[in-house]
Amino acid sequence: MAKSLMIILFTMILTENYVLVRFLGICPFLGVSKNLSSAVGMSMAVVFVMTLSSAATSLIYNFLLLPYALEYMVTIVFILVIAALVQLVEIVLKRYMKPLYNALGVYLPLITTNCAVLGVTILNVDNGYGFTESVIAGLGAGLGFFLAMVLFSGIRIVVNRAKPPKCFEGLPITLVSASLTSLTFMGFSGLVEGIFK
Amino acid sequence: MGKLKIVFNGILKENPVLVLVLGTCPVLAVSVSVAGALGMGIAATFVLIGSNAVISALRKIIPSNVRIPCYITVIATFVTIVMMLIKAFVPSLYAALGVYLPLIVVNCIILGRAEMFAAKNKMLDSILDGIGMGLGFTLIIVIMASIRELLGEGSWFGVSIIPEEYTIGVMTRSPGGFLTYGLLMAALAAILAKKGKKPLKFSTSNGCADCPVASACNGSHECEEGAE
Repeated sequence: MAKSLMIILFTMILTENYVLVRFLGICPFLGVSKNLSSAVGMSMAVVFVMTLSSAATSLIYNFLLLPYALEYMVTIVFILVIAALVQLVEIVLKRYMKPLYNALGVYLPLITTNCAVLGVTILNVDNGYGFTESVIAGLGAGLGFFLAMVLFSGIRIVVNRAKPPKCFEGLPITLVSASLTSLTFMGFSGLVEGIFK
Repeated sequence: MGKLKIVFNGILKENPVLVLVLGTCPVLAVSVSVAGALGMGIAATFVLIGSNAVISALRKIIPSNVRIPCYITVIATFVTIVMMLIKAFVPSLYAALGVYLPLIVVNCIILGRAEMFAAKNKMLDSILDGIGMGLGFTLIIVIMASIRELLGEGSWFGVSIIPEEYTIGVMTRSPGGFLTYGLLMAALAAILAKKGKKPLKFSTSNGCADCPVASACNGSHECEEGAE
């Protein structure tokens, strides 16, 4: 059990990295990775919300949608659950955990429409994960997002100092460097299965 | 505004993918094969037309402070309809698109157009805007898929063109997606610069300006603080 959970966790972080391999959550990846502190804040919020929403949607799917044969409602229910959850988390943090709210609060509203969060909850269902597996998958996907964001914000500092041809300035050169970063993550393929064999 | 102009606006001047930089995730993920890309484009166009029509029809009824959840519910309904149709009639496409099909819900193009256009315009204009934006999206995703499938698999629409030993496998993997997108954007900027038109302005000042949702929220609420 522990071994299969470790495999899920590290697969999500390295080989199936949500941003660089599965192309989920590209918008914040390109938008918020400008400086390290906002990259870290955004990623923390994503880790938090992904883990929570994986737990919540897993419970809703297994105890509400499955027994009543409502699987086709998955998309509508999950997006509304995530939106409500984000609101709830924001209110709770604001009331009881002020320091955490100050660190993450501004990024929370952006997360509702983040495709990585909805993506992880739907993939949990598609993969037939139970409650624990879903939570670990959510955590792993969040940590993978964190890793990609922090790495890439470092790379961007260097890229911004370079002077590319005029037509490459701004987003195009950022995408090309994202391509090279993603190339390095291809090197991880097969690693996790190898270690936990 | 002329009716035709609304349609062409989405294809060229306000192309959602290359100019507005919306909905990047499906563009990068699905553009590995032309057939899948075309399917994705048609599915997204259908959702865009449907959600634009309904949201425009309800624009005077939806209260403004709960409008985003309302829009998301309408969009999710159309996505569910599309998913059921594709699952029933083209199961191979359903398998190929996988998780990216339900993720049309959070595609920023659709929410963005609901907020920017459908909430302010008449129903017919909103439908035309949906058609234009959908065609613009489909056009770019098919172009990208053509490049990637040709270089990566040596085929176009499943028809083999380049012998397998000359293909570049990485083009159909994730790095190829970022690379093709970046090069296409640079090419468009170069063409515009050569024509003497103002080069595309990619805002680089703060996080909010780059956030594709910013165009939907106009930096008006929480997003503005997010830029700090």
